[in-house]
Amino acid sequence: MLYIPCPHCGLRNETEFHYGAEAGVAYPEPNTLTDSEWAKYLHIRANPKGWLAERWVHYAGCGRWFNLWRNTITHEIGPAWLPFTTKPKAPGNIGQEGPRV
Amino acid sequence: MSEISFSFDDKSYKGHPGEPMAAALLRSGLLTITNSTYHGRPRGVVGLGVEEPNALVQLVSGTMESMLPATVIEVAAGLAARSLTGIGALPDHPEEARYDKTNRYVDTLVVGAGLAGLKAAEEHLRAGREVMLIDDQPGPGGHLRQLGQELPPALREVLAHKNLTYLCRCTATGLYDQNYIVAIERRSDHLGNAAPANRARIRVWHIRADQVVLATGAFQRPLIFANNDRPGILLSHAAATYVAVHGVRGFRTAVVATVDNQGYRDALRLHKAGVTVQGIYDVRPGAGGPSVDAARAAGIPVRFRATVLDTGSNTAGALDNVIIRDLDTNETIQIAADLLAVSGGWTPIVDLATHIGIKPKWSAEHAAFLVSHTTDRLRTAGMLAGDFGGDDDPSVYFGPALDEEQSRHAYIDLQRDATLHELRRAVGAGLHSIEHIKRYTTIGTAHDQGKTSGMLTIGALCQLNALSPGDVGTLSFRPPYVPVPFAALAGRERGPLSDPIRITPLHQWHVEAGAVFEDVGQWKRPWYFPEPGEGMEAAVRRECVAAREGVAVMDASTLGKIDIQGPDAAVFLDRIYTNMFSTLPEGQCRYGVMCKADGIVFDDGVTTRLGKNHFLMTTTTGGAARVLAWLEEWLQTEWPDLKVYCTSVTEHIATIALVGPKSRQLLQELVKDTDLSKAAFPFMHSREATIDDIPVRIARISFSGELAFEINVAWGYARHIWERLWALGAGYGLTAYGTETMHVLRAEKGYIIVGQDTDGTQTPYDLNMSWVVSKKKEFIGKRSFQLPHLKAAGRLQLVGLLPGNVDEVIPEGAYITVHNAGPDEQGKTPHTGFVTSSYYSPMLGRAFALALVAGGLDRMGEDVVVPVGKNLLRATICDAVFIDKENLRRD
Repeated sequence: MLYIPCPHCGLRNETEFHYGAEAGVAYPEPNTLTDSEWAKYLHIRANPKGWLAERWVHYAGCGRWFNLWRNTITHEIGPAWLPFTTKPKAPGNIGQEGPRV
Repeated sequence: MSEISFSFDDKSYKGHPGEPMAAALLRSGLLTITNSTYHGRPRGVVGLGVEEPNALVQLVSGTMESMLPATVIEVAAGLAARSLTGIGALPDHPEEARYDKTNRYVDTLVVGAGLAGLKAAEEHLRAGREVMLIDDQPGPGGHLRQLGQELPPALREVLAHKNLTYLCRCTATGLYDQNYIVAIERRSDHLGNAAPANRARIRVWHIRADQVVLATGAFQRPLIFANNDRPGILLSHAAATYVAVHGVRGFRTAVVATVDNQGYRDALRLHKAGVTVQGIYDVRPGAGGPSVDAARAAGIPVRFRATVLDTGSNTAGALDNVIIRDLDTNETIQIAADLLAVSGGWTPIVDLATHIGIKPKWSAEHAAFLVSHTTDRLRTAGMLAGDFGGDDDPSVYFGPALDEEQSRHAYIDLQRDATLHELRRAVGAGLHSIEHIKRYTTIGTAHDQGKTSGMLTIGALCQLNALSPGDVGTLSFRPPYVPVPFAALAGRERGPLSDPIRITPLHQWHVEAGAVFEDVGQWKRPWYFPEPGEGMEAAVRRECVAAREGVAVMDASTLGKIDIQGPDAAVFLDRIYTNMFSTLPEGQCRYGVMCKADGIVFDDGVTTRLGKNHFLMTTTTGGAARVLAWLEEWLQTEWPDLKVYCTSVTEHIATIALVGPKSRQLLQELVKDTDLSKAAFPFMHSREATIDDIPVRIARISFSGELAFEINVAWGYARHIWERLWALGAGYGLTAYGTETMHVLRAEKGYIIVGQDTDGTQTPYDLNMSWVVSKKKEFIGKRSFQLPHLKAAGRLQLVGLLPGNVDEVIPEGAYITVHNAGPDEQGKTPHTGFVTSSYYSPMLGRAFALALVAGGLDRMGEDVVVPVGKNLLRATICDAVFIDKENLRRD
């Protein structure tokens, strides 16, 4: 049960949130893309072992979307930030295992 | 202490309240508790607690819980149990006991109230922290308690500290990310029939702790030798505790087999309690330390480089003699004994640590896997961390060399009856990984999940392959640490409380009218309204005829409704829906379809423009929450520049659908201030009106193809409007209808239900709805329509289906195969689609269906075959609109 820092409500249990996959994948201008580029936008997301910037929504709380650093191996939680604000530095090397909790 | 009676296998036994049932049974001389699951061999108590692999019983008193070890059941007034061989039985009556759950946030959680746990609690209390201390035993002290000793005064003070919550009989079952712990507290079984009726039997604790200290202790482990499963063969610490603390007097002569100094301490306890210890047989070449000196001083014979090879039994199957082997000369001697106390070293309880992925490390010095893990959030203490506290000096030893015949009765997992012979066969079959061997042999898969057998398996594997346990590694333990009753996890969320129930303001009317309900999500919706003596089929036909020929009414309040306001609302809806909404005049309604970015239809519904910057969107009943979430996601994460506000108003606005040729006339009697005529109030228009001075919004929306009016009214006024319709409706033959009739009516018109007539792969084009896709604007999903696979031939498309037998309603979900197509090269008949909606139409006088068929829109008139059971039903593909293709009825 992850303990997730909602930027509006503070630390809350994972069951109050929905996951929104990789953060920072902006909706592209659809008609400038080839079929394969469009398919990549639709279906391909980063899935590293290690630190990943993710989108989450606090659906059972404030209902707001935000971004979060999370380590996909150790499940460590890093800082959260609001959409369209500056992304904080990754807590460790991206794409590498951190230490276990 | 006073004695009370309890019953086991219908016989009465005496015991002290609070002591383990196993102790009371042993004291009364009952050595054999049950027979083993697969081999049928007599088995008795082995251990002291949850590690017990043998002595499973079923409660007959109270909740009748199955598969509890007799070592953890406390003697209490009214206790009744029976022996159990392997597989438990569920009681035939519903669980009546109460269960609950609670949450707790603490600074520090300490798991284990032994010496190490108590000291950790003291440390954290001294630092000013709030501490929770949980322990699965009936009292604190851990090992001290098993020695029958009192806590030192300093630690008794810890327990009285105001910032400490101490819970006994509370077992941590799982450790999860960010120090989240689930624990189950047993609150009433130990009180027997004195337990208050309203007390929860088990409370599930969900604990979030800033810091966690794991002081979970260790289990003693057995040794692998021939016939190591007889009643009378116990772990030495358990044997000594039963004799010295619980007054078990049945054992007269004991043999102790050991690999460490713990065996000496237990031998001394047995000796002091009056048991004749024939000898301590120690695999080590020599041993020293206070424990050894004390045993020797008491006159207990000690023999090094010797261990137990085999055992013999009396006619009752209990231990009768022990065969000792000299490990240097291989000579054997036989010794008569009724107790064999085995000390195979300690296995620290690493389970919780491994739940979050910590890998235990092998320590040859401790002959054990340890977790000496320290971070600022989690640390281990006591035996788990390698602090064994004594002079143990164990040898890494798991049992003597055994020949094939001996290995057949050398048990590794007593509950599974899995032997060394089977483990050797697994290795012989080429299995190396401990996880594979576990699955091949079933070792460690019983109720105890390998608490004693896991380490023996690793040890035996090391002996076979000349490896160190560090090379093999431990098994992965997963939560829960002990079995948890489902009733405890359910808590009070059972029966009617298992899921929230949503009802409309007309619910009570439906109940009084005798409606049969169906669940749609959490909503209770009337399914049909049977007249006395009427079945579903007859009721639905009657309701359909009323809607098509007279007037009928339905409660449509469960429709999802989202109020959308803001200067950019129209722009926003243009991006969300495949069709245009910015051109929709105020006071008019439009059907819309929304797709995900991949071009697949996601939801549909009618949206009404109430003002320049104000829309009311309706969604499918089940889709309301996910549509609102979808709108919010785009507004928040992609288009923050749009000024649009979305609010769920599903439960603010009740909706009554009045349907049928006579609906206009009936409604006009109630509505005095608005002209409902065709000319004054066209189809897909919306009007503000009043009924008895109550503001209503009436819309000419039809989900049946008939002339129809949707009356929207504030939730609390719905019953009044509904009653007024009924007061006037008698003269019109007004008929209430439910969801089944709604489905027949909408399917006759080829109106889809997203999720029933779609399977998550349909574009609007596949649903023959190219008219709903705007060519003039961008919207979510549009780009995907250009992708080759969405334009390919052979996609599943929505069509109608007319069964050859007009009375045969084909089951929904049935596969459709090609007529006259024989089996392919693999001998299979390929399917070409499936039935999505299927009903009997009173209007058509026949059965009909909607279906998704590969390339179906180009296959009109084709005969297909629908295999149902052993029958091959004939059907013909047709247009999905069965009634009134010209849309003449709706006016």
